[in-house]
Amino acid sequence: MKFAVVVFPGTSCEVDTYNVIKNKLNENVEFVSHTSESLDKFDAILLPGGASYGDAVRPGAIANMQPVMKAVKKAAESGKLILGIGNGFQILLEAGLLPGALLKNKTLKFVCKPTLLKVENNDTVYTSAYEKGEQITIPIAHGKGNYFCEEATLEQLKANNQIIFTYTSENPNGSIENIAGITNKQGNVLGMMPHPERAVDTLFASIDGLKIFQSIVRNWRESHATNA
Amino acid sequence: MQQTLEPNPTQIKDEKIYREMGLTDEEFALAEKMLGRTPNYTETGLFSVMWSEHCSYKNSKPVLKKFPTKGEQVLQGPGEGAGIVDIGDNQAVVFKIESHNSPSAVEPYEGAATGVGGIIRDVFSMGAKPIASLNSLRFGELNTPRVKYLLEQAVAGIADYGNSLGVPTVGGEIQFDDAYKTNPLVNAMVVGLIDHEHIQKGQAKGVGNTVMYVGAATGRDGIHGATFSSVELAEEEEEKERERAAVQAGDPFTEKMLMDACLELVKSDALIGIQDMGAAGLTSSSAEMASKAGYGVEMNLDFIPQREENMTAYEMMLSESQERMLIVVKKGREQEVIDLFEKYDLEAVSVGHVTDDKMLRLIHKGEVVAEVPADSLAEDAPVYHKPSEEPAYYREFQAMEQEVPDVSDYNETLLHLLQQPTIASKEWVYSQFDQHVGANTVVSPGSDAAVVRISEKNKAIAITTDCNSRYIYLDPEIGGKIAVAEAARNVVCSGAKPLAITDGLNFGSPEKPEIFWQIEKSAAGISEACIALESPVIGGNVSLFNEKGGNAIYPTPIIGMVGLIEDLSYITTQNFKSSCDLIYMIGETKDEFGGSELQKMIHGKIFGKAPAIDLEVEVKRQKQILEAIRSGYVASAHDVSEGGAAVAIAESLFGTNGLGAEVKLNGNETSALFAETQSRFILSVKKEHQDAFVQLVEDAMLIGKVTDSGQLIIEGSEKQLIDSNVKSLEDVWKGAIPCLLTLKG
Repeated sequence: MKFAVVVFPGTSCEVDTYNVIKNKLNENVEFVSHTSESLDKFDAILLPGGASYGDAVRPGAIANMQPVMKAVKKAAESGKLILGIGNGFQILLEAGLLPGALLKNKTLKFVCKPTLLKVENNDTVYTSAYEKGEQITIPIAHGKGNYFCEEATLEQLKANNQIIFTYTSENPNGSIENIAGITNKQGNVLGMMPHPERAVDTLFASIDGLKIFQSIVRNWRESHATNA
Repeated sequence: MQQTLEPNPTQIKDEKIYREMGLTDEEFALAEKMLGRTPNYTETGLFSVMWSEHCSYKNSKPVLKKFPTKGEQVLQGPGEGAGIVDIGDNQAVVFKIESHNSPSAVEPYEGAATGVGGIIRDVFSMGAKPIASLNSLRFGELNTPRVKYLLEQAVAGIADYGNSLGVPTVGGEIQFDDAYKTNPLVNAMVVGLIDHEHIQKGQAKGVGNTVMYVGAATGRDGIHGATFSSVELAEEEEEKERERAAVQAGDPFTEKMLMDACLELVKSDALIGIQDMGAAGLTSSSAEMASKAGYGVEMNLDFIPQREENMTAYEMMLSESQERMLIVVKKGREQEVIDLFEKYDLEAVSVGHVTDDKMLRLIHKGEVVAEVPADSLAEDAPVYHKPSEEPAYYREFQAMEQEVPDVSDYNETLLHLLQQPTIASKEWVYSQFDQHVGANTVVSPGSDAAVVRISEKNKAIAITTDCNSRYIYLDPEIGGKIAVAEAARNVVCSGAKPLAITDGLNFGSPEKPEIFWQIEKSAAGISEACIALESPVIGGNVSLFNEKGGNAIYPTPIIGMVGLIEDLSYITTQNFKSSCDLIYMIGETKDEFGGSELQKMIHGKIFGKAPAIDLEVEVKRQKQILEAIRSGYVASAHDVSEGGAAVAIAESLFGTNGLGAEVKLNGNETSALFAETQSRFILSVKKEHQDAFVQLVEDAMLIGKVTDSGQLIIEGSEKQLIDSNVKSLEDVWKGAIPCLLTLKG
């Protein structure tokens, strides 16, 4: 399986994300520049965290205008897997690949800490390695992670089981319905504020993030075995 | 146009205009003598910034020279952007601490932000990738809106800048005392990682090689920042305005691009030398690079990227606009460098070349506007041996008997101590920092030392910043020893061998003999401890004149220490691990309360003698504890510091989810619980390791065991002293700072 890690000016979590794919999953992975116009050779596209373009205008707004985003949109339409983490989630919202918006945290301050999440839907290519309702610990680090959407959108998210992760025990940023991560209707695009790439090693407080990446690989292999 | 408004050399001399720039009459005369003529306006500006304390260390040099700086692990000592220490596998760590006190006192958000930006540039200009950042902060007590504003804005400034760069903020320390009410301290330390072959120097060598300017354009911000940092803060409103204008504004996105570009550039053999344009901007970088290499530099200022119109040579040379670097590249390789920076949307412009005449020569609009020997600016600043005098307060304190504060309710006292901002949880501060980017932070803020893994290696570094300035005020020599010893204790408790230190020397005005005495004595204490603990000083920063209206800060030489954890299995934290583990105290307790948290809490002031320290005992205990940790005998390790043994044991229980402790402490009850006797540790050990452990650690005393009761119970020799619910203690400890910040007043 071949992964792309897309790098914009100001991205800072690209190496951490790359290392998970390379060292923990032993899969192919390449960095892709924001100027690149094709992602055809990749099976999954990762948009890592950071502060692309210094979060100018709105986080993700300028990144969304870069050439690589046309290729990301094309890949999303063709059903490829797209995972946006932190700033990557913000970019996917700006691109319209996911519904809603991320506002400033309710405290108006940046917040970095481990959060307890609930896996609301494990019937996705990103979460099949978890149990439904499983509680996992993954750290957050953001200033604008307060998810918001209109009532009608929220109803759709619920009806289609697009809410994948919610904060339990404490809502750290004011997100509506404690939302921490959502997919699109088709389920191939996931955006989340917590950083699973920071919870993949027994040295750290948690290894709960690893199953997201493992789910991706397992599902891709299964679907390709079936197709073949 | 503008240049005609500048005074001519005769006016500068006759009207003593140089005084406004910070030069004394003697210094101006010396500059005249070195030049063989009267300097013009621009040249006077060059001398004034380069001879400021901030750039020249003219008042502190005689003291700094006494620090031990050598050791087989040291690859680069003081003198470059940052010091470098070998960590094996052909790798090294580059680190330095730097202050941004004066800017943070007048404009805390930008002051603190640009402090972080500057120290990060110092590290990547050496070719190293920044992998960890820490900060050491001092503010007044949290009871006025101004102090709360300073704290909130400084923390936000550090957070917004550091978080945008992808450098994790992994630790630090913060203390509150009214000695810092009008002069807060903002010191930032950054650690970088580098392979030996990529180590760069700030040098301009090879006649004809090209001097290039890279990064952000130059504006009028920060002109004379270095000079302003080297005087006392103003009291009049008009002066305050001028000071605010001398504070630079930061742009972390440009810094991130500059960092990524420079880290690519250092791998190119086109690069000869690189230096940050920090304090004194273009002046210091060009003069120092030429002087260090023994060459000269000629620059045409017409080519300097400018973001304001009609800038004069004086303004360009003294601007402290951020996110800029000066580099020297091999002649003919300029286009490669331009192309490299273009990828990061940054300008790289040829502005001059290296000469053999050892002069710094500046051309502007076709005329030579300055021509000064580079050495005279960078090396030949006057050095002052300031008079030193033992202050009267010290003699008074030394004459006092040790006094044990009068405490009746020990449970209540412990609860109060845990709410003192200096002891209370600093989570409100560090939760605003991205602690984990890089995915190598093994131990985040809140433990004794931060631990950062070296990517893809079975090793890590431990990093800490420490300084109890109350002890140093009471007794600078002993306090200086304690600062280094405590930093080493923190590093050792996390499983690391201390490697070296960087020091951030923050003091009042050296013009006062009593202050200079504090500088001298604390430096002597630091030196002695560094020798004993085999941790040389590899660089640092001096910030003097931290006073206002005659009130100086406490002497605050902050020690930033890095240690090496040679195997990831050695990593140890301060929290107790499991019920039935044995709790040991290492070290005897004495009736020592001078400068203690309890004394300050009860009396509202500090007095008496600082706690004593015996460096031989300190070294022995640290070595034995490290050996026990490496042998796998130690489940948790924590040093005993502010608040004494009761606070240290309580802290070891925080975050353990339901563990408790039953402990017996003999001797004077108040001292046993709260005295701040040095060289003490609280360790927990599994029963099966008990025999091996006590064989190794001579001064270990079994004081109790970890329980699963969730209660902290401490017995004295005659009665029970403490019986408190750990969860309640932890709640007040965590809630104290947020609570103080929301209180009105």
